[in-house]
Amino acid sequence: MVLEVEAIENGSETEPQANGYKVKLEVFEGPLDLLLYLIKKEEIDIYDIPIARITQQYLDYLSLMEQFDVDIASDFLVMAATLIQIKSKMLLPPDPTISGQEEAVEDPRKELVNRLLEHKKFKAAAEMLWTKVQVEQEVFTRALLDIDKENTEIAATVYDLIAAFKTVCDRQREEQEMEIAHEVMTMEQKMEELKALFTDSLEVNISRLFALAKSRTDLIMTFLTILELVKESVVRLIQDRPFGEIIAIKR
Amino acid sequence: MTKEELKPILEVLIFVSEEPIKLKHLYEILADEEPAEINLAVQELAQEFNSREGGLEMREIAGGWRISTRPQYHEYIRAYLKTKPSAKLSLASLETLAVIAYKQPVTIPEILEIRGVSSSSAIKTLLDRRLIVPKGRKECVGRPVMYGTSKEFLIQFGLKDLSELPSIEDFEELATT
Repeated sequence: MVLEVEAIENGSETEPQANGYKVKLEVFEGPLDLLLYLIKKEEIDIYDIPIARITQQYLDYLSLMEQFDVDIASDFLVMAATLIQIKSKMLLPPDPTISGQEEAVEDPRKELVNRLLEHKKFKAAAEMLWTKVQVEQEVFTRALLDIDKENTEIAATVYDLIAAFKTVCDRQREEQEMEIAHEVMTMEQKMEELKALFTDSLEVNISRLFALAKSRTDLIMTFLTILELVKESVVRLIQDRPFGEIIAIKR
Repeated sequence: MTKEELKPILEVLIFVSEEPIKLKHLYEILADEEPAEINLAVQELAQEFNSREGGLEMREIAGGWRISTRPQYHEYIRAYLKTKPSAKLSLASLETLAVIAYKQPVTIPEILEIRGVSSSSAIKTLLDRRLIVPKGRKECVGRPVMYGTSKEFLIQFGLKDLSELPSIEDFEELATT
């Protein structure tokens, strides 16, 4: 038996076999797909399926799949069993204990037919969705505006930083009654000191950094070190509103 | 505000909104205006906007209003953006999606019943693409998760709401031929 099937998607195509047959196998999504394919191919009326013929073809197809080492999913086997069950039911004469008057002896194929029809409907619906998505994929909307809703921050300018520095300087001058000479820190030392502050919190208020300074020299060193840290991209400075506090955030 | 004054405001709001903007949202922004007036103004605006037959169109998508390009100009936009359409959904995924769209909320075993094949990988793809979302659990043995379509689904398929999907019975004819 040869099944000449058009390979559609990811269909496995084999090289001409030794016996000269070229068999193209379509990979069916599932047993219902395979049945629908057979019904269409044989031009069968879906409401009057010659169950013996279809069952035979279905089984032939499964053995063909086996031959080509296509893994047969259990769903296919369940359907094979269902088909055989329907076939045997149809071979049996109607139950004589049920009075012959009742015409409504249920066609054993009915449930299967309903499932096939339902499946077909959803296949058609899937095609409709496919068409829709084809069109909608070609529809574009305005690109996102570059607004970060979470952070309505304004980048602080160097002038804001100087202003903050000046405020602290003034305060320092008021508070400091006498100046005791401190050991002058190098920028490297200062940098380590400031970096250490970022270990428990990622955000530090700039005025807190200045407040830590012990002398004006130290204050100046703090200021220069902050600039250095910004330059080296260790921290960035943000100000949540104009003239607001400046916060240093570790990058 | 008169309707004529409202229209340009609505137009800019629809333009800047990142997602289709809901009427409710417009009512909030234009709190002093009558919702009925806003509705009317939006309708008229859409009509005027679209009657221009320009490159843009104003549509109702996923329960909100959106301004987007018309699909027929995609070639030029793609040439400019230098992008390709994103990977297409497989037929299996689309079929699963169709079942979920029409039968929601629906469980995996129920999908299996209709498709005759297990759909777990398709479900995963659809979840990854945010086209479907879990909609609670079904009160039956095993309490399976039920799935339904998301807002993203409406956006990607260009639907105003679920009722805009053709009724499944419309496919009956197609199925029997």
